[in-house]
Amino acid sequence: MAAVQTEIRVQTGAMDPQAELGPLLGTDTATGAVTSFVGLMRDFNQDAQVAEMTLEHYPGMTEKALQAIVDEALTRWSLQAVKIIHRVGVLRPADPIVLVAVASAHRGDAFRACEFLIDYLKTRAPFWKRETTRDGDTRWVESRSSDDQAAQRWLGSDST
Amino acid sequence: MIRVLFFASVRDRLGVADESLTETPANVAALRANLAARGAPWDEVLGADQRVLAAVNQTMATDDSPLSDGDEVGFFPPVTGG
Repeated sequence: MAAVQTEIRVQTGAMDPQAELGPLLGTDTATGAVTSFVGLMRDFNQDAQVAEMTLEHYPGMTEKALQAIVDEALTRWSLQAVKIIHRVGVLRPADPIVLVAVASAHRGDAFRACEFLIDYLKTRAPFWKRETTRDGDTRWVESRSSDDQAAQRWLGSDST
Repeated sequence: MIRVLFFASVRDRLGVADESLTETPANVAALRANLAARGAPWDEVLGADQRVLAAVNQTMATDDSPLSDGDEVGFFPPVTGG
């Protein structure tokens, strides 16, 4: 079996999701399915118009945490490629924040692994969002219990 | 000696990003209790009733994770990436 192609990147520069997906499409003839998730910055959150977002992370731990999440996915599903790219620094509304892409022989593994990866990333990778509203106020974004619940789903015995 | 790092709202509220401590507490809970015992704002930010996560050597830790000389401990709020 060919080695799994994995790529994990944390970057301050802009991200082009379509360009990032290109290499996963049509280069491996054993691949039958590619799924992807792109998280975008919204201009409205918690009752306020958001003008700008700054993403902070824990350099070193971030990469380790993302690698651990990818390793966990590889024990659960048969995958051919996994790509995770996450922005840090200053973002504007509509900017891509995160890309998760998975290639597999079949759609089932590709869909489930992609959702698992983003669910775990949202609760285990050390990133924090700070918003600047249109009024000029800055605030740290609160974590959501719905994200915890989404990640919890994968702990059950029937999670694969 | 251990190195302690603070991130995001935890850092902002404490006004400190990192520091080195000469003594190594037994575990994460002991370290957190020592820091909270400094009084405001430490007790308000790191008190046992506050939702603060910890990592030891850049891996998620729990209260009873043991500490050793040379360890790096990070304290931060629940994560909000993605």
